Amino acid sequence: MSTFVASHGPTSTALRQLRRSRLALPGLVIVLVFVFGGVFAPLIAPYDPYKNDLMNVLMPPSAEHWFGTDELGRDLLSRVIYGARISLVEGLFSVALAMVIGVPIGIVSGYVGGRTDAVIMRTIDVLLAFPGVLLAIVIISILGPGLTNAIIAVAIYTVPIFARLARGATLTVKDEPYVEAARAAGLSGVRILWRHIFPNISATLFVMMTLRVAISILTAASLSFLGLGAQAPLPEWGAMLANSRNAMLIAPHVALFPGAATILLVFGLNLFQDGLRQVLDPKLQDR
Amino acid sequence: MLPFLSTRLLQAIPVLFGVSLAVFLMIHLIPGDPAALIAGADATRADVENVRHALGLDRPLPAQYAAFVGKALTGDFGNSFRTGRPVLDEIMPRYANTVVLGAIAVAIAILIGMASGIVSAVRRHTIFDNAALLLSLAGVSMPTFFLGLLLMLIFSVWLGWLPLSGKDTWLHYILPAITLSTASIAIISRVMHASLIEVLSEDYVRTARAKGQREALVIWRHAVRNALIPVVTVAGLQLGYLLGGAVVTETVFAWPGLGRLLVQSILARDFPVVQASVLLLATTFVVINLLTDLIYGLLDPRISAR
Repeated sequence: MSTFVASHGPTSTALRQLRRSRLALPGLVIVLVFVFGGVFAPLIAPYDPYKNDLMNVLMPPSAEHWFGTDELGRDLLSRVIYGARISLVEGLFSVALAMVIGVPIGIVSGYVGGRTDAVIMRTIDVLLAFPGVLLAIVIISILGPGLTNAIIAVAIYTVPIFARLARGATLTVKDEPYVEAARAAGLSGVRILWRHIFPNISATLFVMMTLRVAISILTAASLSFLGLGAQAPLPEWGAMLANSRNAMLIAPHVALFPGAATILLVFGLNLFQDGLRQVLDPKLQDR
Repeated sequence: MLPFLSTRLLQAIPVLFGVSLAVFLMIHLIPGDPAALIAGADATRADVENVRHALGLDRPLPAQYAAFVGKALTGDFGNSFRTGRPVLDEIMPRYANTVVLGAIAVAIAILIGMASGIVSAVRRHTIFDNAALLLSLAGVSMPTFFLGLLLMLIFSVWLGWLPLSGKDTWLHYILPAITLSTASIAIISRVMHASLIEVLSEDYVRTARAKGQREALVIWRHAVRNALIPVVTVAGLQLGYLLGGAVVTETVFAWPGLGRLLVQSILARDFPVVQASVLLLATTFVVINLLTDLIYGLLDPRISAR
């Protein structure tokens, strides 16, 4: 197999292996379905997700309302479709923000070393001392509840993870010959970090990104469920579950559909991530 | 062992200092005047000034921080805005409930996670291995709140086997403990699996097999024991995460724990309770990490010798 692979460039090799990985492709398909639904929500959703119909509350699934209606008579399918948009925004924006802050911090910390590194890493240790979602909750208690604040909170909660990862990856490449050559050629520090270090650690960062998008979607949904994130009437899956808690006992479909949507999207991201990691991290290949 | 122990203890101190500083600054980072915030919406200007002076908010920040830490060390976090009772009396019984639930959940996670990790590593590429992989992916994809509601719906509402919520009998522990442990089961199972597969290709395992030892003994005595270190690390981390994750589980099952109190206090803007709860949970997490390091220092003498 190795001779066969050697005749191809690294990108096409990766794509070939991705195709062979039994988990990645189904994962990607699931994610793309949700992305499609989220982007084209206004065209796909059969009803207005905010329109109450108090004559038809908690109706079970039917030909008219495929997923039934919720406690205010709103069409659940439409709300779940719009919810995909909110969850993807929560996941992508919070992770993007976390990377924009965390990755440069980690690269500089690893590359410069010394006292700068020590100070940055001790600060990161403090942030990591708040277990699990607690850091996000602390930030919400400062900023106040809401969708935007939840995205910021999840981003800050994710910053230490990217800073640590980028630092570790930078440490492994910073003494490579190509970095030394760039330094010897008199390139500026910023240019070395941006043009030589960053591209070489981007695969590691990308794998972590897909994983963190999945985790961030779950975290943001949890915050909304607790009443600390997106607020009613936004069709956010976690908020929908929180609002339909009491109705759930007599009409389980109001909880089952948003819950199932969350699992499916996060499961798809995790499948894709697992396949991606096997392709991009050669050390794991025979596991 | 002793130098290792003291180094780790010394590393924990600046972290705890940072945590206490962050928790102290929380109230100052909230947009607006903390004194006005504490005095309440319908306070007069004089009320606000009284609060400012009474709580020492008119003193310089370093002095305020020193006072905060000094009081915190004696267990004085002030009084709850909501109930007027001392914060410590509010949070300690709740904390005990959270720790008990977390300990049960982590015990379940270690037991089931290790068992499924070992079997899936030993029976590699079988249906069991693939099923364990898919189930653990599903386990980490499951939102805790949805799993909790689902279990509640099935076992309390439809089957009527278990109580819906609260904490009166041992039956009340079952659903929250399972809900809380699911993600950790998945993670411990994957780590055990990966670690054991690596160890199984080691020379000493081949030697043990070559000398004709029974396979069960090879796995148990030579392989699993050596594969445990990463599992201990992850189990320790998971116990810490469970303390944070308990926030959601406790809310679902109306469990009278610290996590639920924390959420209620944030929504009610009861800041002394928020500060004390956060400080207590973070300190517990730091201590658990310290203990985890010590345990694997004992498991692998090479680590503590460094």
